[in-house]
Amino acid sequence: MLNLTDLYQEIILDHGKAPRNKRTMETATHWAEGYNPLCGDQIKVYLQVEGETVKDVSFSGNGCAISQASASMMTEALVGKTIDEANSTFQSFHAMLVPSDKPDQAKLQGYDELQALEGVKNYPNRIKCATLAWHAFKSALEGK
Amino acid sequence: MVATILSNPIKDQFPALDQMVSGHPLAYLDSAATTQRPVAVLEAMEAFYRHDNSNVHRGIHSLSVRATDHYDDARRQIARFVNASVPEEIVFTKGCTEAVNLVAQAWGRQNLTQGDVIAVSEMDHHSNIVPWQVIAEATGASIEPISVTQKGELDISSLRAVLATGKVKLVAFKHVCNAIGTVNPVSEVAELVSTHGATTLVDGAQALAHIDVDVQALGVDFYAMAGHKVYGPMGIGALFARKELLEAMAPYQVGGGMIQKVTLTSTTYAPVPEKFEPGTPNVPGAIGFAAALDWLSDSGKQRLWNLESELAHQARERLQSINGLRVIGSARETAPIVSFVMEDAHPHDIGTVMDSEGVAIRAGHHCCQPLMDRMGVGSTARASFAAYSTQEDVDALIRGAERVVEIFGGKC
Ligand SMILES: Cc1ncc(COP(=O)(O)O)c(C=O)c1O
Repeated sequence: MLNLTDLYQEIILDHGKAPRNKRTMETATHWAEGYNPLCGDQIKVYLQVEGETVKDVSFSGNGCAISQASASMMTEALVGKTIDEANSTFQSFHAMLVPSDKPDQAKLQGYDELQALEGVKNYPNRIKCATLAWHAFKSALEGK
Repeated sequence: MVATILSNPIKDQFPALDQMVSGHPLAYLDSAATTQRPVAVLEAMEAFYRHDNSNVHRGIHSLSVRATDHYDDARRQIARFVNASVPEEIVFTKGCTEAVNLVAQAWGRQNLTQGDVIAVSEMDHHSNIVPWQVIAEATGASIEPISVTQKGELDISSLRAVLATGKVKLVAFKHVCNAIGTVNPVSEVAELVSTHGATTLVDGAQALAHIDVDVQALGVDFYAMAGHKVYGPMGIGALFARKELLEAMAPYQVGGGMIQKVTLTSTTYAPVPEKFEPGTPNVPGAIGFAAALDWLSDSGKQRLWNLESELAHQARERLQSINGLRVIGSARETAPIVSFVMEDAHPHDIGTVMDSEGVAIRAGHHCCQPLMDRMGVGSTARASFAAYSTQEDVDALIRGAERVVEIFGGKC
């Protein structure tokens, strides 16, 4: 049976209640919106990219505990990364939640916090909440 | 404080309710999305497939005659249930959505033109908004909103103002609001609309299961219904349309089963309602839909309605006493639907916590985004009751809400 405390771990509740880097960014070089048609939640992700480096990441918009926590943790995980590193973190995070046909996908390493979100994969109708900000990040980076 | 309601008289007729979810007995509070079906409905549909299965209308053999009789009977039963003047005023569709689309396309294309106005309530379901946008686009008509008050009721003065322009051809609104439970004053609105020479379409998806519907007394021109919201099967619905309107309308979809005579270059259509039912119809669906209405009448609908509204009323009161919880909508008259938000928990999180307690509620915008905007929320958690609801369901809902507070905190 599913255990709710695997989903709502302390750290997730903490990020959900007091999200980090939740602010608009006037100096953003890239930004994009993510929309979850299931609940109507909307998140905007802002990036400041300098050369190959993601100098700053932030987000705005409201949503459930999972989407807010995931967005908040994402900003912390990606800031300071090169674009390649950020992309591969996206891949690994995605692979952690969404079963793929590429099982050898690099595992998330060095981001203990992000691993706290792994419990979401047992709640299929909540996976979109956890990936919302990440997809917005990807779109921002790709200028879509 | 809480009146104890004795065991529900009909719950054991619903096999799907008898199960455990997350280690708790299921408390099914999502009947506004779809109701469960009683054994009587399941058996009526199975009996058709087991004994009478055949295509309707075109057969000479015995099974086809029986299937046709059952299908025609189903139409008569539905007509009687909503007091249509003749069975031909009932067109079978696949649901409420298709019924609205049928009117938008078949009636709208003929009757709307540049400069005309379609008045649509802000409270409405996307299925009673989007079809009008599409036909407005196609005909050059425009859409004007009928506003909703802070209580979640139709703002009749705004309807009057829209009607006063003299441009309104059609007014579309729902009888009962799936998102917040409001029961709208249909006969009052329909009368007002007809004095302005406009046509009324009412989305009755949520009404049939909870209140008496008499299309003649209500004075409506079109009334859309869905079988699955009133203990019947999915994939079947019906449109009531006044006969002269229906007869004047061109077909919506075309093909076999709806024709009188076809040559390669021209066709004479069958009379109504067949004109609007091309192809092989959903015969077991129609049979199940009619069986559901019969079941509701035979079970003493008024007594069941009293029970479900008492439970919903109790749920509303008890939820409201939880710190940080706010019920959305406070209409004078409501169906057994309670929508709420909690200060520290998003509706999706409420839904997940409730599920872990075996409580099935719905979280989201309930296909009513304009209404959510009007009420100042993005989404809500919604508990909706039905004839089989019990005191235990309410207790489980309250336990679930308390668990949400435990996890996410009450008001800080
Ligand atoms: C008020 C209202 N109108 C229309 C619909 C659509 O009904 P259906 O999905 O059966 O076409 C629903 C159901 O979601 C509803 O609640």
